[in-house]
Amino acid sequence: MALAESQDSAEQKGIGKYLLANLREYGLLFALIAIMVFFQIVTGGTLLRPVNITNLLLQNSYIIIMALGMLIVIVSGNIDLSVGSVMGFIGALAAVMIVNHEINWLVTIVVCLAVGGLIGMAQGYWVAYWKIPSFIVTLAGMLVFRGLSLWLLEGQSVGPFPKEFQTIANGFVPDIFPAAIGESLTSVFDARKVNVLALLTGLAAAALVVWGGLHNRARNRAYGVEDEPFGFFVLRISIISAALVFIMFKLSTFRGLPNVLITMGVLTIIYAFLTERTVIGRRIYALGGNHKAAKLSGIKTERLTFLAFLNMGILAAAAGLVFAARLNTATPKAGFALELDVIAAVFIGGASMSGGVGKIVGAVVGAFLMGVLNNGMSIMGIGIDYQQMIKGLVLLAAVIFDVYNKSKQG
Amino acid sequence: MSVFLQMRGITKTFPGVKALDRVNLSVAKGEIHALVGENGAGKSTLMKILSGVYPAGSYEGEIHYDGALAQFRDISDSEDQGIIIIHQELALVPLLSIAENVFLGNECARHGVIDWQATNKRTEELLKKVGLKEAPTTLVDKLGVGKQQLIEIAKALSKKVRLLILDEPTAALSESDSQALLNLLLELKQQGVTSIIISHKLNEVRRVADTVTVIRDGTTVSTLDARREAISEDAIVRDMVGRDMAHRYPERQRRAGDMLLEVSDWNVWHPEHAERQVIKSANLTVRAGEVVGIAGLMGAGRTELAMSLFGQSYGRNISGNVRIRGKTVDVSRVDRAIDAGLAYVTEDRKSLGLILEETIQRNVTLANLEGVSSGGVLNENEETQVSEKYRQAMNIRTPSVFQKVMNLSGGNQQKVVLSKWLFAEPEVLILDEPTRGIDVGAKFEIYGIINELSEQGKGVLMISSEMPELLGMCDRIYVMNEGALVGELSAGEASQERIMSLIVTE
Repeated sequence: MALAESQDSAEQKGIGKYLLANLREYGLLFALIAIMVFFQIVTGGTLLRPVNITNLLLQNSYIIIMALGMLIVIVSGNIDLSVGSVMGFIGALAAVMIVNHEINWLVTIVVCLAVGGLIGMAQGYWVAYWKIPSFIVTLAGMLVFRGLSLWLLEGQSVGPFPKEFQTIANGFVPDIFPAAIGESLTSVFDARKVNVLALLTGLAAAALVVWGGLHNRARNRAYGVEDEPFGFFVLRISIISAALVFIMFKLSTFRGLPNVLITMGVLTIIYAFLTERTVIGRRIYALGGNHKAAKLSGIKTERLTFLAFLNMGILAAAAGLVFAARLNTATPKAGFALELDVIAAVFIGGASMSGGVGKIVGAVVGAFLMGVLNNGMSIMGIGIDYQQMIKGLVLLAAVIFDVYNKSKQG
Repeated sequence: MSVFLQMRGITKTFPGVKALDRVNLSVAKGEIHALVGENGAGKSTLMKILSGVYPAGSYEGEIHYDGALAQFRDISDSEDQGIIIIHQELALVPLLSIAENVFLGNECARHGVIDWQATNKRTEELLKKVGLKEAPTTLVDKLGVGKQQLIEIAKALSKKVRLLILDEPTAALSESDSQALLNLLLELKQQGVTSIIISHKLNEVRRVADTVTVIRDGTTVSTLDARREAISEDAIVRDMVGRDMAHRYPERQRRAGDMLLEVSDWNVWHPEHAERQVIKSANLTVRAGEVVGIAGLMGAGRTELAMSLFGQSYGRNISGNVRIRGKTVDVSRVDRAIDAGLAYVTEDRKSLGLILEETIQRNVTLANLEGVSSGGVLNENEETQVSEKYRQAMNIRTPSVFQKVMNLSGGNQQKVVLSKWLFAEPEVLILDEPTRGIDVGAKFEIYGIINELSEQGKGVLMISSEMPELLGMCDRIYVMNEGALVGELSAGEASQERIMSLIVTE
């Protein structure tokens, strides 16, 4: 009896300690949920309508795509201020190629991604090999590429794009299952229609989350690593998988899986794997954590920095294509000040300004958090003035929370 | 001769270490007083107490200055009393002019507005005093180290200096610049300025000092008066190093095997000052199973030698030949040096050796990620096993390898750095001050690890400023001074006196 009691109190102390040490990751997840619940209530259920969820994904897709690259740049100890301009420039390039010169859209996509890579290399070269602060190089890039898109478009909007190109952003993955299954499910879920592929994808993703969590736990146990208390584990995993199934279900009752969601999902998984499980990813964290120690450990720090910017350029180009396809036109203003949203998402997601800290999933959640804020406030009819103020304060609060947390752990 | 400064029974304790133990220092008015001792003997700590860096109350003992009990709260407090300290690393702002630097923090200003005419005029007078002909508006950046040192003195003079403290003023200076500086000190003495000079160069000490105080292990050993009798360098050296060497070093089977590392005609120039040769045609060898030491004072070029060998991490215009097991190897980049079989354990583990924010595991595998991955994908299970193995073998005291390195003690951090390099499986390890800043128990453990390495047939090149450590651990010791290897002693013939005399007799 006495033994059981002392074990109990030890466990509770463990939970408290664990929560404190991982406050940031839980905090972010719970903040996102809290904000969603809040807007769901104040918008009278509009936020989580299938059409709005689809919108939310489409609206934030390009931010998330760029946040993946930005996270790597920031973890490596740099910053890229040019992504908004590069994105706009690539959109303009695509428009000029497809609309004005009638070049095949597939060829255009390849060329645009390559040009994005070249832009990244051009900026990365100065940062990596000449040690020019990335802030300055990319500030220059921001001006240059903004100017270039104006020049390319001659100050005009260029569009519209052919249907095929538009589907990059606005298309949906067709349901591969027989329509009969979907129809039979409509009565079960009391919905007008059900996209079976979307529904199954949601279930599969949830299963994957559960499996991954259990696998990780088993590994931790095997190596005697201090693990998340079981209650927390169950709570966290069930929230995430329930959310996945819920969102996918909602999407399935509308038009199914947006193409962009697939792109985003695949890219997120690739980059999460790259940063957490590969040698090159580990080296990027080492570079940002202490570039001198990394260099003295035989890591080619210059080349890594260069690659981080190359990657950022390609992702900014991809985002530019999605953005142009979504608006169905390229405008000289496209992507204006968007770099700040991207950077804010990464910092809200827990990355550190000094480098070496941050996670892909954090950046994606951070971007969604900003996206939900934008979307929810717009539905409520809050003016752009208040929106900006609130977003600014959220960013500040997130970072203050980080710093406070760190000093607590000291 | 009246006593100007008297420090009595000064004791200063840092957490875990007694840096000073009842030190006495007595300086007469108008004399040049030399303070000598080995690195880490406590000279700088004593001067920091005198100048108020460590405020009154943080130490025991009394300071009597100019006939009164002095209790300085901070540096500006001691500066107000005319005590000016010039540190080894100059505290000038390179992109400001001479005049701006001289009057920095002490500007000739009225209501916050600087009077440039007065500033420049007064600077000109001060420069004349220290024998410089530069215009007051010249940027400090444009001056050599010797002239910068003189600017520091001019700055001290501008503050109405009464007691001038110089910490290793000639360490970075050429011969002629050193002479100029010493002459200036003698001149200032004529004008009634009292000075304390910390120096390793005993010939210079003999030339200018009226009195010499020797400090060793935080206590005053002796005070020698040059005006009464000529001081011999031998006498100073004996006092500097004369401590007993108990069994502080674990025994090792000494047997040197095949030739492992051969460095020949190694030359390195300073990365910024292209005209300064930092390493002068160094030749050295390390055999398998041998522990070879490099002795020398701070600034002798030992770290520079090591880092230039390790992937040219220091210096430029590097020339020379490196052979490992008789074959010439490419060490022009760190990854190539590692592939060639070299490892370098830095003296500055916090800023050059570790990623403090990361876990032990991630630090241990950093230099050999290939060893825990396949096809570029990390195997974290293997990584954990590897780091766990080193945690146990090295006795790193921590509950798990998932601890962040910044939460470890110095000794445990050093073991993490050593683990990292052992996992990279080098043939030759260069250890730069491997026991700096760690406690006695951990030191003993590190010595044990070094012995084990040598028994495994690895070559160890060990840089240390603690001579007893070198004598206790090494099979052979090179002595380095001003960028050149000036001597080589076998374990049998090496002694602190012989090493010191090789250093001080140039």
